[in-house]
Amino acid sequence: MTTTVSEQTPSGSPPSTPLLSVRDLRVRFPTEDGIVKAVDGLSFELQQGEILGIVGESGSGKSVTSQAIMGLYRGTRAEINGMITLDGVDLLTLRDEELRKRRGEDIAMIFQDPLSALHPYYTVGNQIMEAYCVHHDVPKQAAREKTIEMLERVGIPSPAKRIDQYPHEFSGGMRQRAMIAMALINNPRLIIADEPTTALDVTVQAQILELLVSLQQEFNSSIIIITHDLGVVAEMANDILVMYAGRAVERGSADALFYAPEHPYTWGLLSSMPRMDRLRLERLKPIRGNPPSLISPPSGCTFHPRCDYRDDARLGCSRIVPEFDASSPHPVRCLIDPDDRKTIFETDIRPSL
Amino acid sequence: MFAFVVRRVLVGFIMLFVMSLVTYLLFFAAPTDPARFTCGKNCTPELVEQNRKALGYDKPVLVQYVDFVKGVFTGREYPDDPEVAKTAPQTVVHCPAPCLGYSPLMSQNVTSLLASKLPVTASLAIMAFIFWMVLGVSGGVVAALNRGRFLDRALVGTALVFYAFPTFFIGLWLYIYVAIKWQLTPVPVYTPLTQDPAAWLAGLFLPSLTLALIFIASYVRITRAFVLETLGEDYLRTAQAKGLEKRKILTKHTMRASLTPITTVAGIDLGVLLAGAIITETVFNYDGLGKLAVQAATTFDLPTMVGIVILSAFFIITANIIVDVLYAYIDPRVKYS
Repeated sequence: MTTTVSEQTPSGSPPSTPLLSVRDLRVRFPTEDGIVKAVDGLSFELQQGEILGIVGESGSGKSVTSQAIMGLYRGTRAEINGMITLDGVDLLTLRDEELRKRRGEDIAMIFQDPLSALHPYYTVGNQIMEAYCVHHDVPKQAAREKTIEMLERVGIPSPAKRIDQYPHEFSGGMRQRAMIAMALINNPRLIIADEPTTALDVTVQAQILELLVSLQQEFNSSIIIITHDLGVVAEMANDILVMYAGRAVERGSADALFYAPEHPYTWGLLSSMPRMDRLRLERLKPIRGNPPSLISPPSGCTFHPRCDYRDDARLGCSRIVPEFDASSPHPVRCLIDPDDRKTIFETDIRPSL
Repeated sequence: MFAFVVRRVLVGFIMLFVMSLVTYLLFFAAPTDPARFTCGKNCTPELVEQNRKALGYDKPVLVQYVDFVKGVFTGREYPDDPEVAKTAPQTVVHCPAPCLGYSPLMSQNVTSLLASKLPVTASLAIMAFIFWMVLGVSGGVVAALNRGRFLDRALVGTALVFYAFPTFFIGLWLYIYVAIKWQLTPVPVYTPLTQDPAAWLAGLFLPSLTLALIFIASYVRITRAFVLETLGEDYLRTAQAKGLEKRKILTKHTMRASLTPITTVAGIDLGVLLAGAIITETVFNYDGLGKLAVQAATTFDLPTMVGIVILSAFFIITANIIVDVLYAYIDPRVKYS
């Protein structure tokens, strides 16, 4: 398996086994209307020290993937198949208690809305200390000192005072910083940030992303950042994985994805981004059609109803499911010939971006 | 917080005054002559007239009310006439402060009358409270945690059945079958706590269970609803993501958040119940405030009725204040305003 050359290569020897390996993950939810195939065959890998951005629209399966990795669907009616390997251990086969020990210590999660993600009745300090004390048997005073240290590290002023305050007494940005402190206090190998900045203002957003990047460098942890905002991944990620209807459709380095994307969906995403730094020459071009039903997804290539370049007669877009080679450096789930894709991008898409 | 409590207490006093005034006005709006109901069976016109003067019913309504309020603070005499006090002091009834009136039908000061009935009602209310909190809340929690499964449906269904039965039916049924026919418990009779604690407890069992059953039914449902609502909250997902054990997530995170609204509802229910459980007391023949209230209403015993209204209002107002303070104490988001 070849590794991509990224701007921030992890220090030390080149990694041989990936930190996280997801193989053919399928997550299905039985509902009254039918079985929702939220994730339908997802495969990717993540190296130690790498930042992977997962982008996709609502309903693409991004959050479901992250929660499946954390094992938060255990005990619910969700059906999960496939393999999720962390440091060589398949998380899906672990017993509940074994997985619980890893949560918070090896993998940590930062949620989207810090106001609802924090318990309103307990102080911020109490909740962060709790995260620490679950995995370390230390006296309360030591946990308290560690929490204050962590709050300072994430940039919260007067941490000794703030530690005894309640979540509703924090501003939005500070709450998210507190959540980051809570996630990082046990120095996890993998951090999953599920739309961490969606609930924040743009200026605060930049600060939080900067904080995440600097902490990642300091701890050499890996981050999966899940977002629907391309600007966020452009800022942070080494690699980007584009998801659509529960599957990966394209993966590549940030450079490759922004300057040489090859999947029509990615083209659509890039074209529909409003550019503030260019003259407005034409109308904003959204992707036509609607997000697919996950109960009865389109046959063949799930994107084909919305694809401007589909060619059913020649390629069989509505009948054949394109392959996705997770081990190649820039896999694309599309039936169009790679050379044709590059041509289309150069001639049609690139000029209007 | 202190300022908050003081303010609420002052407002409470004002409310009590308003309540007593409204009660007075209401009674005098009724087309009956309260003096006629002061002497029971052996009523002669002269006696009615005498009572009217003695109790002050010949004065204007507002003057009567002012006298009443004064009496609450300073005590009062019936009749309030210095000449009678000199000539026939044995006919004068002295009503010490706080004087809530004098009931000629009961031949007692209302205050002492209420004080004698209160322990019965209070015992019933507190025992029922314990029953319904323990059984109702735990039933609701179990139902919520087993949502959709048989246990949930069974608990909610049973609760619904008990909710549908009228209190007098449950009370009579328990009395006849459990106490008399099957002799599972001794015949319920009220024994004061100070006299015999064991008998007090035994005597309270059936009536407080009767009273509690309706509450148990509704508390199972509302507890279940509160717990289910809490179970859908994001912060539980965070707790799970931190690696917390299931049991700890349940007790520390879920229960505290879902039980808080229940304690406030319970506080108010208890306050209302202290004002008297009419049906239960009548069925089991317990001499409490509820039974007294029925008696006073049917015999047009105005002073007693006023006294009961004020006492009930006092309990409810106090319960509200306590519940408000409690809620602000438990939920840090709520500010004392």
